[in-house]
Amino acid sequence: MLLGFLLRRGVITVVLLVGVTLVSFLLIQAVPGDTMSATLSEQALQDPEIVAAYRARWGLDEPLYVQYLVYMRNVLQGDLGVSQQTGRPVLDDLLTYVPATLEIALPAMLLSLVLGVAIGLYAAVKHDRAGDHAVRAGTLIGLSTPPFWLALVVLYVFFYLLGVSPSGGRLSTWIVPPERVTGSVVIDSALAGRWDAAWDAIQHTALPVLVLTVLTVAMLVRFVRSAMLEVLDADYVRAARAKGLPTSRVLTAHVLRAGLVPVITVSGLAFASMLSGTVLVEQIFSWPGVGQYAFRSASALDVPAVLGVSLFVAVVYTVVNLLVDLAYGLIDPRIRLS
Amino acid sequence: MTEPRMSEPRTPDLDADRPEQAEAEQHTDARADRILARRRWPQRLRVAEIHSIWRQPAVIAAAAILAVWVLLALLAPVLTDDPIAQSPDLYQPPSAAHWFGTDELGRDVFARVVHGARLSLPLAVVIVAFSLAIGGLVGLLAGYLGRAADEILMRLTDLVFAFPQIILAMAVAAAFGPSTRNAVIALIIVSWPIYARVIRSAVLSIRTSDFLASSRLLGVGPWQALRKDVIPNSVGPAVVLATLELGNAVLMLAALSFLGLGPRPPAAEWGAMIAAGSRDLSIWWVSVFPGLAILTVVLAFNIVGDALRDRLDPRTARGVR
Repeated sequence: MLLGFLLRRGVITVVLLVGVTLVSFLLIQAVPGDTMSATLSEQALQDPEIVAAYRARWGLDEPLYVQYLVYMRNVLQGDLGVSQQTGRPVLDDLLTYVPATLEIALPAMLLSLVLGVAIGLYAAVKHDRAGDHAVRAGTLIGLSTPPFWLALVVLYVFFYLLGVSPSGGRLSTWIVPPERVTGSVVIDSALAGRWDAAWDAIQHTALPVLVLTVLTVAMLVRFVRSAMLEVLDADYVRAARAKGLPTSRVLTAHVLRAGLVPVITVSGLAFASMLSGTVLVEQIFSWPGVGQYAFRSASALDVPAVLGVSLFVAVVYTVVNLLVDLAYGLIDPRIRLS
Repeated sequence: MTEPRMSEPRTPDLDADRPEQAEAEQHTDARADRILARRRWPQRLRVAEIHSIWRQPAVIAAAAILAVWVLLALLAPVLTDDPIAQSPDLYQPPSAAHWFGTDELGRDVFARVVHGARLSLPLAVVIVAFSLAIGGLVGLLAGYLGRAADEILMRLTDLVFAFPQIILAMAVAAAFGPSTRNAVIALIIVSWPIYARVIRSAVLSIRTSDFLASSRLLGVGPWQALRKDVIPNSVGPAVVLATLELGNAVLMLAALSFLGLGPRPPAAEWGAMIAAGSRDLSIWWVSVFPGLAILTVVLAFNIVGDALRDRLDPRTARGVR
């Protein structure tokens, strides 16, 4: 049964990934200025022989489906094309920038889950009372705030007005970066035993993590709240109360355990939305992550890089969702059966 | 399938010719009408419930905010200066002459924020209208036809869902080239799947409902059932989603233009204005006011959408993204 579930989910994921590459490929085709006119000079474009040779060289004379298969082969070999901006393979660029993004996205995700569950449970317990209304208002405001604007406001307050935070980047300019081991400046500094550098790096992560957390918590709280409300209404919770269990025990042993199952599903979506948030937030904090890479590529109309990022994020997203589904299936056998 | 008997306009002389049958038909008609009347109760109840959202002070406040924004957008040319007129008064902080200060080209930030509504509000409506039309059609077909059509259409929406919205929108907008039109197209491309999912699930729940089965027993054909039962009863979830998505469209449009992929300068667009202000923290007024504009508009849409959902569609939580 479990094996069948894994197999079914695996097949769906593979089909989805093939579709994702197809979308990326078709987007490249949709680009009005094609690569040929971008690469060849005006004069060369006039010469039909050169044009024919160029088309043959790059397989542009092949039918579209052959071109797609070639593109697929390249993608499978990790060849996402060359960024017009950096002049480096897009994959190399991604590998440089991903650890920086993870350095703010992972702590923010962890913080969001803890806060999201705590605040969501609080709101559910206080259902329709002042505390619940305050939480609902707060989450609505959080969801309505443009991420890049919130980042800017936070930077203005903590850096410009109060001067308690660095302006941006991963490390103060006067600190020599640690040798790259994991790609995380905090961890690499700690590994090198340079605690001052590690502390400086942590200070630099504080504001980006704060902004990402605020945005993700707002979403998670709303979900946790409604999941918990449903559980709080269940007969077995009433039974637990009726037999005289203390409230804290009812909440942790009965409500949280059952209510957390759907929260696992939404955490995959939350992670994806956080990745989207980094695109906008990293720009404000000069954070050299995937988001800023995507931003710079997009504003320079560096199409291979933009498509590389979208393909990469789609793959991450799909894989995270697969893992979430698998975890869900393991925890709740009913999912496997349906 | 039997012909949709109930809907056929009965010519009077036909009834006069065969009075017996007409009487018999009237008899069954009366009973059928009673049963068919019942299939519409959810709708009537819903209309009554829509009005009850006005009992919430937050909804009244949100509607007032939206009304003010619509008025500002309509009256912007009368109320304010030219939003793209440059002046030598660069970087002026807020004052009596310039309520929201001036930007790096000496343009009045208040005029630009107010004119921003003339871009964001209609464009959000366009994005939602097209996404609703495309997603609604896909969801309706998938839910109503079922089987292979459902499978194909829903896998197609899964495909778009595999990309985080802003990143796919960014890729599409960058591929087509930065312009207002392309930003709108990009946002429609990334927005329609959520409508398809929501409307499909609404259609599915109606298709399997008892009142649809009973109306089919009474000889209501599939086309009429679609028109009279399925579509009207999917309106609730669609309205809720469209309201929430109006706010989302404003946010996403601002995000795209913040990234330089929206309306081209010197257009007064909120996201682009925030981007301009982000280059220098000391001129906070250049980015704070357009940000507040986005926040108030999106918050108002979210409050109304939330209240509508509590009334119309308590089951579906919003697709969190």
